[in-house]
Amino acid sequence: MNIASPQTLNIAPESIEPVSKKVITSITIGEKADRHSLESLPVKLSVAELSVYYKQFKALDKVSINIPENKITALIGPSGCGKSTLLRSLNRMTDLVQGCRVEGQVVLDGKNIYDPDIDVVDIRQRIGMVFQRPNPFPMSVFDNVAYGPRLYGIRNKRILDEIVEGSLRHAAVWDDVKDKLYQSGLALSGGQQQRVCIARAIAVEPAVILMDEPASALDPISTLKIEELMENLKTEYTIVIVTHNMQQAARVSDFTAFLMVDQNQSGSIVEIGPTEQIFTNPHHQQTEDYVTGRFG
Amino acid sequence: MPRQTLDREIHHLQDEVLLLGSMVEQAMLNAIDALKRRDHEAAKRVYHGDEQINEKRYAIENRVLILFATQQPIAHDLRLLAAILEVITELERMGDYAKGIAKISLKIGDDDTPIPTREISRMGDLAVGMLHRALGAFIAEDVNMAYRIPQDDDQVDELYNLVYRKNLAAMIANPDIIDHTNYIMWVVHNIERMADRVTNICERTIFIATGELLEIDASDDEWDDDEDEA
Repeated sequence: MNIASPQTLNIAPESIEPVSKKVITSITIGEKADRHSLESLPVKLSVAELSVYYKQFKALDKVSINIPENKITALIGPSGCGKSTLLRSLNRMTDLVQGCRVEGQVVLDGKNIYDPDIDVVDIRQRIGMVFQRPNPFPMSVFDNVAYGPRLYGIRNKRILDEIVEGSLRHAAVWDDVKDKLYQSGLALSGGQQQRVCIARAIAVEPAVILMDEPASALDPISTLKIEELMENLKTEYTIVIVTHNMQQAARVSDFTAFLMVDQNQSGSIVEIGPTEQIFTNPHHQQTEDYVTGRFG
Repeated sequence: MPRQTLDREIHHLQDEVLLLGSMVEQAMLNAIDALKRRDHEAAKRVYHGDEQINEKRYAIENRVLILFATQQPIAHDLRLLAAILEVITELERMGDYAKGIAKISLKIGDDDTPIPTREISRMGDLAVGMLHRALGAFIAEDVNMAYRIPQDDDQVDELYNLVYRKNLAAMIANPDIIDHTNYIMWVVHNIERMADRVTNICERTIFIATGELLEIDASDDEWDDDEDEA
């Protein structure tokens, strides 16, 4: 039995403070005070007023977004919201689509990649892409990774060896393929193929890597490997990922942009913020409804 | 829609929290009533009934953890479920306060030293009323109400101070009743702590609605320790 301690009873009635109700705000969930805000980070890619048309249809409507350097930015949103279109417009993959027209700017290191004097091949070297389904070329693992460097004129065998090994190591697949370098890339498992594709993308030393659902065709273990790889890659590269997997966006990205279509079916950004905030305390009802699975 | 399971589970859990809350409210009212009437059998029922409150709390916690594992709730759902974990802990502790009062009731037994029943009843009604409204606000996510309810704690604190002063004077006048007055101090202390914990529920209501983790300060830290129920 606990009995009131003597010191409790020694408190004189006058010493009891009048009760007052103050509100002490500690933190708002997902918005840590010590976290860098998007505005304070160096920008690698700046998208300004970007509209993309497929013939008469406006798929993206004046999208503006700053992609921070050495961070992973996730683009999420329901099917048809324009997130893949936005991703593809970041390295002018949209040029390859007949009837596609782009307005606005995508500025990489101060230069608009849509300027007429820009070399598209150069842009795609600096902004690489990894696709949903692993797409190794029908050639050896070595030739897959050496493809880009050779295209840019590197012929020296020793240098190519170094690039290939370095890229495969960076892509966390070297140990899997070091004894199969001269076998077909198509003979590897899906997860290994995808990491070889990432090695192929980084072999040409890009500044930015775009990933379009890079793990959606992979098993959970391979998915985890890709996600861990992304975490390591971001120290050297800026990454933009499109994913339908909400938990994946939550796990891997630093910032998340949520896109949705308006009444004209044109996509635009509803909300962009630190991933922790988007998934714990989104500011827009549409974002809340999407991330909690109420639509999409 | 894939939401249906999660929505259904969340509604069910909200009902369960309300049920747990009403068990705690009833336990507190019954404990005070047993003390007033010196009804030892009723006090024993409250004392042993705490087991059901604990079981209900763990059953809710279990459901919440299963939802975390199977539904991966995020945003509002995450805040709501995390808040439920917090609120059921508060409710379970309030149940312990009621149990403590029942225990004191049995300790006092048939000792006929007067008990300040009017003040104790009033404090109990205030604290239970605060809890009832706080749970209503919690389910409705009524932020305004959540900010208002802790203000009522002042009345509970005033009554506590009143009983404290009366007891102190009585002890000075008659040191033979020190044990008895100590028991009474624990009774009012438990009720006062219950009202304080209602404030924590209100804080979680604000958290669910706004994402803000805040503390509504009651400025009575002298009494804030964790091993304080009788």
